[in-house]
Amino acid sequence: MRELKIFAVVAFFSLLTYYLVEPYAHHEMHKKVDANGNEIIIKSHGFTYDGTDDIAEAERKGDAALVTKKKAFWSDVATVSKMTGNAAAGEAVFANCMACHNGANINMGGVIPPNLDHAGAIYDKNYLIALIKDPAMASNVDHKYADTSTHPMGSIKFTVSDNQQIADVVAYMQEHKAGEVTPKEAFTEACVRCHAVRYTKTTQIGETPKFKYKKDELAHEIKVIEEQDKVKAYMGNLPPDLSMMIRARGAHYLETFIENPQGQLPGTSMPRVGLNAEGYEKVKAYLSEAGDPSKKAREELGPWVIGFFIFFTILAFFWKKSMWRDLH
Amino acid sequence: MQEEQKERRDFIGMALGATALVGIGGGLGFAAKRTWDPLPSVKAAGFTTVDLSVAKPNELIVEKWRGKPIFILKKTAEMEANDRDVVIGSDRFHISIGLCTHLGCIPAYKKDDHEFFCACHGGRFNASGINEPGLPPPSPLEIPPFKIAGTELILGEAGPEYKKMLDAGLTV
Amino acid sequence: MAHFEKANNLNEWLDQRIGLNTLKRVLNTEYWIPKDINFLWVMGMVLAATFGILVISGIFLLMYYKPDTNLAFDSVNYTIMSEVGYGWLWRHIHGVGASIVFLIIYIHMFTGIYYSSYKKGRELIWLSGMGLFVAFSAEAFSGYMLPWGQMSYWAGMVITNLFSGGSLEAYALVEWIRGDYVPGDAYLTRFFMLHVFLIPLVIIGLIVLHFGTLRLPHVNNQEGADIDYEEAAALYKAGKKKESKVIPFSPVFLSKDIFVMGVYFILFFYLVFYHFDFAMDPVNFDPANGLKTPAHIYPEWYFLWSYEILRPFSKDVGLIAFAISQVALFALPFIDRSPNVAPAHKRGLFQIWFWALLVIMITLTALGKLPPTDPLFAAMGLVFAVLFLLMGPALFIITMFEKKLEKGA
Repeated sequence: MRELKIFAVVAFFSLLTYYLVEPYAHHEMHKKVDANGNEIIIKSHGFTYDGTDDIAEAERKGDAALVTKKKAFWSDVATVSKMTGNAAAGEAVFANCMACHNGANINMGGVIPPNLDHAGAIYDKNYLIALIKDPAMASNVDHKYADTSTHPMGSIKFTVSDNQQIADVVAYMQEHKAGEVTPKEAFTEACVRCHAVRYTKTTQIGETPKFKYKKDELAHEIKVIEEQDKVKAYMGNLPPDLSMMIRARGAHYLETFIENPQGQLPGTSMPRVGLNAEGYEKVKAYLSEAGDPSKKAREELGPWVIGFFIFFTILAFFWKKSMWRDLH
Repeated sequence: MQEEQKERRDFIGMALGATALVGIGGGLGFAAKRTWDPLPSVKAAGFTTVDLSVAKPNELIVEKWRGKPIFILKKTAEMEANDRDVVIGSDRFHISIGLCTHLGCIPAYKKDDHEFFCACHGGRFNASGINEPGLPPPSPLEIPPFKIAGTELILGEAGPEYKKMLDAGLTV
Repeated sequence: MAHFEKANNLNEWLDQRIGLNTLKRVLNTEYWIPKDINFLWVMGMVLAATFGILVISGIFLLMYYKPDTNLAFDSVNYTIMSEVGYGWLWRHIHGVGASIVFLIIYIHMFTGIYYSSYKKGRELIWLSGMGLFVAFSAEAFSGYMLPWGQMSYWAGMVITNLFSGGSLEAYALVEWIRGDYVPGDAYLTRFFMLHVFLIPLVIIGLIVLHFGTLRLPHVNNQEGADIDYEEAAALYKAGKKKESKVIPFSPVFLSKDIFVMGVYFILFFYLVFYHFDFAMDPVNFDPANGLKTPAHIYPEWYFLWSYEILRPFSKDVGLIAFAISQVALFALPFIDRSPNVAPAHKRGLFQIWFWALLVIMITLTALGKLPPTDPLFAAMGLVFAVLFLLMGPALFIITMFEKKLEKGA
């Protein structure tokens, strides 16, 4: 079969070219290497947090003091994680949190404190413990602060410092600030104070209402700009709009980036937000709905179109055979 | 034998042609139709809320709904009542799409004569939107789907009052 | 005036007025194609079909696209991709089609080279085909600007800068092309015009010319055999189909055509639905930002080999090498001095030259996307760019000494 042999040659060179310009080139392009030239493999670890990444990063920097500090911090976190928290006692401690995390949507020290209505459901337990112990260390942005008490939430280090209290308040959140979460709620609580999503009419101050009068619309726009300026001053850059992020970055990048922003973008001012696996699934669902809403329709229509052409080709094959029968 | 073969060959060819025509033509036609459908954002914008408590008798209010002008006329006590009136408390309102039923121009309201006059081809409608016989407009001004909520009028949603008018054949 | 009789049916009515039966005969039932061919001979029709698909999907996109730097990105990514019914389908078809059309063009070109189908009376087929390649390249580039993402903007920036001509520093020309200091609104609207009107018009004209150039020299065949078409056609019409070396375009060649096209469409729609990322670069889903260059910029895969010829050299030398590589392929029929029209495997050294050209172009394509910061890749880039430039003189020398093949060998 000469035709099949020719087809094999064409297919071989086409696939070789594809392999070289897509998987291989992209791997080479985004490869990260350490000081010794060894490749750093960034993998997801199921949205649990025990400081492994942070310690490895400090080791790569060759900063012995930092390594000791990170190790000590995350071993403290592990200690608290093993304690049994008392949700009832935690309620009183949680009142401290409500001073800022009250849903008033007012900027405090650079950002709007996030709403904690579903904190127990969407954030990892270890992360919550770490965050109360030292917010900057937990979110892996301690390089931004000479003294981590200057973090907008830094004062928590002094108000809730007892390990039992921390265990209690986390137990309280896991019991009372949990329940069913919609993708929109998860996304709003975890991401919206910094990121806008214009395709869902969402800005840093929440969903944009409909205005009948231009004047009200402009007044709202100015409020948004003012908030964006504050976030920009605090973060150094205005965090990007996330409308198309699901297609601009792809699942693997988003997953590893959200788990530990420093891994993919060393030096970024984006904090780790500490989503657990469920929280991430919700956030991803929200981003997919905003940036790739036709995914479902696409996957449903595909088999029909391809099936049609398979049928068409089979018919065409028999027609061709019948037309060429008496030629040879 | 020869004939039989030729027939079979023709049959496959025609089956292939029909498959291509139905599959590609039909698929393309259907997708093309869907592409021209009004977008979700256009449909979502199809609701307008108007507060009727600010209306003054015999003064025409024109609102925009789905890009069309909507006439809202609060009737005075002397004006003739009609089944097409929207009644809120003791007030009667004439509500209609402000496009002449002849060819779609916007008629002007003549305050003193209590009638709508269309300058394009001279059609006339009374204050209840009924067309004057013998002139170009073939039917009364259309009533948009509406719903009453207190003193608010929601355009684009069919409420019980609207459905009643529709059932009675007072509008299309 | 011609004499018209009452027609008995539509066919007759049309025949009297536009010579329908003659048209059918000349273009279909008595347009003779050699029998000794393989599926590579169908690539031309596959290209025509793909162009048709691009036109149809393009028409639907055109109805919602807004050529304005403030609106373009969202009109594509929001309106078309999430609001318009099947808008996503049109866009995926258009994006995948634009990429795959180049794969087929390259296969078509290498087929032509392998079977020496550009020689002895077939020079114009090659030249008009190269014209189509250039027109398709311009069409692809101008279309790539339209979504106004990061890659659109920076590709526009880099490619228009080529027109500064290195040390000539013709920045006024660059600004004239852009209508602005950087790619902006005027730039987007003029490339929009080129993409949806002028270049498609040129492409359609060139397709007609390309088909026209085939008519007299006829399509080549697998052995490069010189066929006496009149004799072969007479044999076929006399019912001696087995003995005849030719087949009519319609329906015999067409039946092969349609079967191959069916296979192609299966592959095409598999890519459209499940594997479109190669044709729709994720970076272009970030909106254009004139103050931030993406970490890695690279052209679409089909431009990579010529881009790589630009890269390893200093600015001026690079531009000259790039310019030569763009026109060199046009000259192929005139560089090849051999008297033979035959497949490469019968042409001695030419066969080695052919496979070397393929390997060099694929290597350049791969290197064009690999980071040049790696010293190994940079060195390879230089070596292969030089090799590519040497392929022209090499062909000239090889074919000068090529022995004339015996007829019928």
